[in-house]
Amino acid sequence: MTDQLTSPAAGREVGRARTRKEDARLVTGQTLWTDNLTAPGLLHVAILRSPLAHARIERVNVRSALEREGVVAAFGGRELAEGLGSLPCAWQVTEDMVLPDHPAVAVDEVRYVGDPVAVVVARDRYVAADALEDVWVDYEPLPPVMDLEAALAEGAPLVHADKGTNRCYTWPLASGDYAAARAAADVVVHRRHHQQRLIPNAMEPRASLAVPVPATGEYTLYSSTQIPHIVRLMMALTTGIPEQKLRVVAPDVGGGFGSKLQVYGEDAIALTLARRLGQPVKWTESRSESYQAQHHGRGQIQDVELAATRDGRLLGMRVDLLADMGAYLMIITPGTPLLGAFMYPGIYKMDAYDFRCTGVFTTRTPTDAYRGAGRPEATFAIERTMDELAAELDMDPLELRRRNWIGHEEFPFTTVAGLTYDSGNYEAATDRAVALFGYADLRAEQRARQANADPVRLGIGISTYTEMCGLAPSRILGSLRYAAGGWEAASIRMLPTGKVEVITGTSPHGQGHVTAWSQIAADALGVPFEDVEVMHGDTRVAPQGMDTYGSRSLVIGGIAVHEAALKVVAKARTVAAHLLEASEDDLEFADGAFSVRGSPDARRTIQEIAFAVFAAHDLPEGMEPTLNAEHLLDPDNFSYPHGTHLCAVEVDTETGAVKVRSYVCVDDVGRVVNPMIVEGQIHGGVAQGIAQALYEEAVYDDAGNLVSGTMADYLVPAAPDLPDLVTDRTETPATSNPLGVKGVGEAGTIASTPAVVNAIMDALRPLGVREIRMPCTPERIWRAVREAAASGEESAP
Amino acid sequence: MAQNPNPPAPTPRPSMARGSTARIAVNVDGTDHLDEVEPRLLLVHYLRDRLGRTGTPIGCDTGNCGACTVDLDGMSVKSCQVLAVQADGGRVTTIQGLAAPDGTWHPLQRAFHEQHALQCGYCTPGMIMAARDLLTENADPTPEQVREALEGNLCRCTGYQNIVRAVLAAAAELRREGAPQPRSATANVPRTSGQEAPA
Amino acid sequence: MIPAKFDYARPQSADEAVRVLAEAGPEAKVLAGGQSLLPILRLRLSFPELLVDLGAVDALRGVRQERHDLVIGAMTSHHDVVEDPLVRLHAGLLARAAATVADPAVRHRGTLGGSLAHADPAGDLPAVCLALEATMVALGPQGWRTIPASEFFVDYLQTALRPDELLTEIRLPLTDGWGFHYEKFQRVAQAWAIVGVAAAVRLTPDGGTIAEARVGLVNMGARPMRAHLTETALAGAAATEEAIGRASTLAAEDTHPPTDLSGSAEYREHLARVLTRRALLAATGAA
Repeated sequence: MTDQLTSPAAGREVGRARTRKEDARLVTGQTLWTDNLTAPGLLHVAILRSPLAHARIERVNVRSALEREGVVAAFGGRELAEGLGSLPCAWQVTEDMVLPDHPAVAVDEVRYVGDPVAVVVARDRYVAADALEDVWVDYEPLPPVMDLEAALAEGAPLVHADKGTNRCYTWPLASGDYAAARAAADVVVHRRHHQQRLIPNAMEPRASLAVPVPATGEYTLYSSTQIPHIVRLMMALTTGIPEQKLRVVAPDVGGGFGSKLQVYGEDAIALTLARRLGQPVKWTESRSESYQAQHHGRGQIQDVELAATRDGRLLGMRVDLLADMGAYLMIITPGTPLLGAFMYPGIYKMDAYDFRCTGVFTTRTPTDAYRGAGRPEATFAIERTMDELAAELDMDPLELRRRNWIGHEEFPFTTVAGLTYDSGNYEAATDRAVALFGYADLRAEQRARQANADPVRLGIGISTYTEMCGLAPSRILGSLRYAAGGWEAASIRMLPTGKVEVITGTSPHGQGHVTAWSQIAADALGVPFEDVEVMHGDTRVAPQGMDTYGSRSLVIGGIAVHEAALKVVAKARTVAAHLLEASEDDLEFADGAFSVRGSPDARRTIQEIAFAVFAAHDLPEGMEPTLNAEHLLDPDNFSYPHGTHLCAVEVDTETGAVKVRSYVCVDDVGRVVNPMIVEGQIHGGVAQGIAQALYEEAVYDDAGNLVSGTMADYLVPAAPDLPDLVTDRTETPATSNPLGVKGVGEAGTIASTPAVVNAIMDALRPLGVREIRMPCTPERIWRAVREAAASGEESAP
Repeated sequence: MAQNPNPPAPTPRPSMARGSTARIAVNVDGTDHLDEVEPRLLLVHYLRDRLGRTGTPIGCDTGNCGACTVDLDGMSVKSCQVLAVQADGGRVTTIQGLAAPDGTWHPLQRAFHEQHALQCGYCTPGMIMAARDLLTENADPTPEQVREALEGNLCRCTGYQNIVRAVLAAAAELRREGAPQPRSATANVPRTSGQEAPA
Repeated sequence: MIPAKFDYARPQSADEAVRVLAEAGPEAKVLAGGQSLLPILRLRLSFPELLVDLGAVDALRGVRQERHDLVIGAMTSHHDVVEDPLVRLHAGLLARAAATVADPAVRHRGTLGGSLAHADPAGDLPAVCLALEATMVALGPQGWRTIPASEFFVDYLQTALRPDELLTEIRLPLTDGWGFHYEKFQRVAQAWAIVGVAAAVRLTPDGGTIAEARVGLVNMGARPMRAHLTETALAGAAATEEAIGRASTLAAEDTHPPTDLSGSAEYREHLARVLTRRALLAATGAA
């Protein structure tokens, strides 16, 4: 069957900038966000949350809430806990990892501001909100635990006193002899980078709607989640509802970025209340509530060391990471920083690598995956530190990269961290970016401004990133002690009319899978794009799946669609051969029709075959009357998109203001299914990465209050705050899958943060500034410039 | 736009309407509604929970995100920052009332689709309503003016680049079609005079 | 988030509104455009018993000229202030600054009177009205009274208005021929100003000397304030970069800026000096 669509480039659909099938409902307001849904007898849930970072709960009194007109029920944590297990963590990263109990509603102790302490249920959402004021909780304050290093010190107050430590785990990875590499180095550069906590801010706040059928014990949970399949499994384990009685639906989901890759307590609360009350219940989050109640991202301190020769050859890298777990371990909290562990060496060759990560409990909202999850942190560390090394060596930072990156002729290449990069062409992407950017002209302008002591300085930032996409080969997940696999499922139903239903286990929430999977299926089956319907996000419709995160959907789920389609074509070929009385080997499949080589009139379209199979009057001996096929794909390797991002900033040294003047990204995401969608992913990803560099931070005070607690304080950039990007691509196909695709969901975010901060540092380094912390606020920049001036480090222009 | 040419008259009331509820008359996307509401009911909850007009979503509680933007009496407003009682006697157009009666999309709806100006689509209703407001005031905006006009609408997916493209494309199309489409039946009310500004 | 319950009144006239306020006592709150009040109610930071909605009091809307004053109704929206030809002509600084308030949808609803009565020192317009030496007209049970802007802003979110008084009009002396500029420094487009500086400059007829300079400071204390020392230093000074630069170094004297998420007091003082210089240079250039 090798004469079918073996070359995706030959397809009519793959590679085409199709406008999206998803859009029609979204631009007309005919949407199905979870909060839009209702059910007969619907009750509304409101959750009372802890105002203290750490306290013992002495008493929860819900009596007056129950007396309020319209209130149906109210429970404290102890009452709700009956029959409800701990919220799950699926990643025991080390054998001795400390895994605390995590009740959906706190029972004895609250451990972060926002930890749920009581729930009220009312017939109206306004009444439920009012009833929260009637619940009385007595707290005995305990000391907050806010500082990662202090938390590890002997005698520090403990987040989980019964565990005896705030250290969650220490996870090492070593390759080569770093001590020897360091000893042999001419230059060793050490930097400490702070990855501030970020709040993902998907535009749709979460909602959960649980609808019971008391007579049969069946439940449907509608949840704004990225992972309906995982939620189903975990809710079955947590609530005790038998898995076969539980259906989970992710209706329209308004963005995720990792924040909805989670098994949240509120889903368990909704199911528990629906079970107890025998009526549908809905909980809808407000934005300010979400800032406390959804997991945060990043939150790391990175000690990074690069050892190199004087001529700029990297010898080794050491990384010592402190990762803020927050108060509890959620679904992949401990593993999130480790997703970056393999990526710190980036695109560079070196002899030795020594990595260590220590997870630390604090009295803050738990952390977990946020767009990139571990890999943006790793890329930031290597790309920022490479620039510092270049400065130390007085070498152009591009030149330093050229001297160390893996040459395009060296692929496949096994890195010092043990990953095998299958393909890439860093030279091509960089050359293209440099040309689009006008690198030489900007360097000349930079020198001129410096010479004139212009108060507005120019800086150029470089980021030559790669990322690890397509999470993940199940055997690797197993070796990392992750609880589940990384396969993906797809099935294809050929309807009697020749129309096609694609059922995917991925769960899109903005990515455009319906469109892209239609393109893939249309090409493989030779049917029109319009004839394909893609279904997802409902465990009754798509019973198997591992859902959407980690830039996995296309490279695993999309390829599974392709493979399932090939199985359909193979079955159809058998039928076609039977009907045409020809040998299968003599059949050609093109444009959706089988024909006998040499006699073009002997021809059957796949639609004709679909009907013939439905009628089943004349099928080959022993063949089941169906063309439907299913494919579960477990990848052999990750995929490795890469690219070069160049950023020019103007820094007003008087005020500290930063303006991104130009930004060029050249990304290599392999073969492209839909270039319009790819460009959109890059745009949005870069925006989020710039936001980390310049604007966003979840700020806590010493008492553990989230100070940036509303959207008025947490600065999500708007249109005037972001630049117009110049985007382009190079195309080096992945060798790990038949379409040559690599994934693009996180690339922009991973690439852009170091590009921006490198640009700022490039502008400020001649003024004597050595380091700047993210977000690079005007005040931080102003202080850095002032302090450098005070210490008289300004180098001569 | 499917709209009644005569805006509903505000309900007659005693000058001081104290008590737990108030009576309101609002035209939403061309349909008149009479309702008894709590004064604290937000316009967006009135639209969503009372009228079932769920095309307008809620993204925040501080007026920052703009997802809930609708047109009230010819001007864009954030419907989570307006009480339903304040819309009494008013005329509301939401994303669901934007297409022509025959279902033809508004040029902005078309442009958002064609320029891939949405991904998850949650901010889209507000973005389109805010952009429509801009194009009523400025038929030929620069990219910078588009960005400024959308400063009160947050998107987390697109980085805004394709949204800007889409608004510019829709503006060009509207100019080709002739006069900008009126934002509502009250759009001919002069907007520069303070005397006629809506409540 | 959802506001707590309140009662609601929608008077048809300013007199009626004052009567309602007087009857209701101190737990009543005036609802103007609601763009600051609604978020406060939704986050349950305030629990008024009664909202008195001025939306139906048409007489409080609009702009007119009375001899040497521009008179702006308190319920005139920011949008209408920005667009109004009289404001542009006679109080250009106000139009310029009002155009930077929040975003278009908020400017459609939010009102000049609401902003001033809310008296947030981080708001753009209180400092502008202070610099323009506006007079506030208040209506209470005892009738009308006028309050100079310099006495109107008392403290953080506090004005000289009594609980039963209503801000009805803002009277601005005409500043035709003045150069003006509003320099707003913020971290993102929809954020509050870390510091804002409103500058207005009147030159002598020959253009070489500053006859009078006004500098209003946003977010430099518990209430909007003026950079008096800078203003004094510039009265009669040469309209030069050097003189303006020297005078601007005094801009942060006697201020008490807050330290918060957006910036420390020290940084704000620095910004006030830099932005004052920039605003005055621009205003002088435009005069």
